[in-house]
Amino acid sequence: MLKTLRQICRTGIVTEPPPLSDDTLRVADALQSRILEVLGRALCIRAIDAGSCNGCELEIHALNNPLYNIEGLGIRFVASPRHADLLLITGPVAKNMEVALRRTYDATPDPKLVVAIGDCGCTGGIFGESYASCGRVSNVIPVDVAVPGCPPSPHQILSGILTAISKATGD
Amino acid sequence: MPLQRWFDQAAQQSESNGDGVIAGAPKAWGLIVARDKWRLAAEHMAAHGGRLLSLWASRDGNGDDIVRAAFIASPGVLVLSLPLTAAEVDYPGIEQWFPSAGRMQRAVADLSGLRITDADTRPWLRHAAWPESYHPLIHINTPPSPAVPVIDNYAFVLVEGDGVHEIPVGPIHAGIIEPGHFRFSVVGEKVLRLEERLGYVHKGIERRFSELPMLSGHRLAARVSGDSAVAFSWAYCQALEGIAAAHLPPRATWLRALALELERLANHLGDLGAIGNDAGFAFGLAQFSRLKEQLLRATQRALGQRYLMDFIVPGGTRLDLASTGTLILIESIESIMAEVDTLRTIYDEHAGLRDRFVGAGVVTPALAAKLGLTGLAGRASGQDFDLRCDLPCDPYGDLAPQKTVRSEGDVAARVAVRFDEATESARLIKRVLRHLPIGLHHVPVSIPSEGALGVGMIEGWRGPIFLALETDGSGMILRCHPHDPSWQNWPVIEHAVIDNIVPDFPLINKSFNLSYSGHDL
Repeated sequence: MLKTLRQICRTGIVTEPPPLSDDTLRVADALQSRILEVLGRALCIRAIDAGSCNGCELEIHALNNPLYNIEGLGIRFVASPRHADLLLITGPVAKNMEVALRRTYDATPDPKLVVAIGDCGCTGGIFGESYASCGRVSNVIPVDVAVPGCPPSPHQILSGILTAISKATGD
Repeated sequence: MPLQRWFDQAAQQSESNGDGVIAGAPKAWGLIVARDKWRLAAEHMAAHGGRLLSLWASRDGNGDDIVRAAFIASPGVLVLSLPLTAAEVDYPGIEQWFPSAGRMQRAVADLSGLRITDADTRPWLRHAAWPESYHPLIHINTPPSPAVPVIDNYAFVLVEGDGVHEIPVGPIHAGIIEPGHFRFSVVGEKVLRLEERLGYVHKGIERRFSELPMLSGHRLAARVSGDSAVAFSWAYCQALEGIAAAHLPPRATWLRALALELERLANHLGDLGAIGNDAGFAFGLAQFSRLKEQLLRATQRALGQRYLMDFIVPGGTRLDLASTGTLILIESIESIMAEVDTLRTIYDEHAGLRDRFVGAGVVTPALAAKLGLTGLAGRASGQDFDLRCDLPCDPYGDLAPQKTVRSEGDVAARVAVRFDEATESARLIKRVLRHLPIGLHHVPVSIPSEGALGVGMIEGWRGPIFLALETDGSGMILRCHPHDPSWQNWPVIEHAVIDNIVPDFPLINKSFNLSYSGHDL
């Protein structure tokens, strides 16, 4: 126990400041401020791998590490779409995941936001569209913000999430 | 010795037609066998300690089907090929000696339409998105998808009895995890049976490979399973460079080993934290995820990427390592490993963690051998095998890694193997950095005028990655089959959880941490 406490004290607080939102990542029109009022200052995210290679998952995981400390911003990953305000979706949508993804979207209460993560989520990436892949996430459900990268860094993913929940400049 | 006989035959076939030695990985031979010898060879392999690496289907130049199986045994790797004529509607299965072959054979049926004589003929990778009559590796034209996407009615094995009930989980899980379906049959909290249903992230990787030129396939290989990007792209390049008869400068192979060990260390750090977290020790996740982040940032500063997705390219590596990069990595590894030592003591002395780890999800060495458990999980269950030590490619002969083997086969053993291997990887990384040969890090690779079959084999952090590459004379990929060790290990989890309680499943599952994408392709 002493060793654990000593390690915690030695580590200290390592959290870094978050990135700014980035309007170039927006896919859909500017958000209505009403949605922001509903969501308030706490955001619940449901992460869904719709067919990724698991590279993007590694970087989404990193958001929970003490340096990015996403929970410190009031943002939390939740276990059910019914608890979620925002869906964070990776991968080209595998056809074998299409039904599950649609049902998850339908199960998420309105108003909801969708952020597609990674080159595959944005365009279908290297896998494209095929007998087994629907390609980009927006081919299956509406997307608000798309974050490119293979995989995008935790900083870029966080910026995408913050973009989705902030008002577009000039709004 | 019957085992050696098959390798001798392969060597003889090589003298008669020059086809026996397979390009790429060291000590690989190919042997074409007739239908009656296919099962006999498998029986001999199983009886004399041979392991099944992979089983897949391909086609020869005349459009005739070939089933191939790769085994690894003491003399090396043997790729058996069984040619099938159009009149043959099925081929003999080998599941009775190699249980892991069952799902591979079902995948072959889904993708290439070749049927087995074994009992389980349920679809595996095919759900409901395309009809049974369509075989994506054979037919060019894609059939239209169903107008409304549907879910198939998979025939799970039903467990009946007093008080037995089912818990279906997935495909979408309650965390940041890849999708798959688990069907638990339980009494109270105790698991009687688990049946896995995978294939949800099947995205047509093998079909996609055959649309690419051979000099671009490494990018797709790196994305078969993102957490093993270095291992897959190296295996691809090893097969390709074998076919193209390219000779790599020592600096290139040493830089690849650096990348592979960085990948292993990063994954082990991540897993050690996540396993601690699944046992209720959030401190472990906070600490290890911080150390992993430090390592990724050092990797980015030294080699340009946090995850080395496109670092390995045909002919060597995309970038060279500058001397500043060497210093950054050495400094970072030393500071990280000092903390890992402290954390290992904390994990070892924590009564609550020991209580959850010890005796959870046991796979005995005997069961592991029978089911073909491989890689890291295999070494935690007495399976004394690591490609880096037992069939080393350059530069592992020079690096001489130390293998860790334990026999308890529980979560605690899989944690201990990770600690040992993380420490060993850190030692190898420092050794590479201090003794990196000078010279070129990349040489051009030219496309050979004739097509060939090559294989690549690399010990990824999870276990042995195998990849078979067939090319044509114009530089296109005819067929590429990447194989993740998760194929062997997924079925073993079904055994590991028997008699454990349902709430321990996430912990047991995480202690294996298998790939869905690498399996579903």
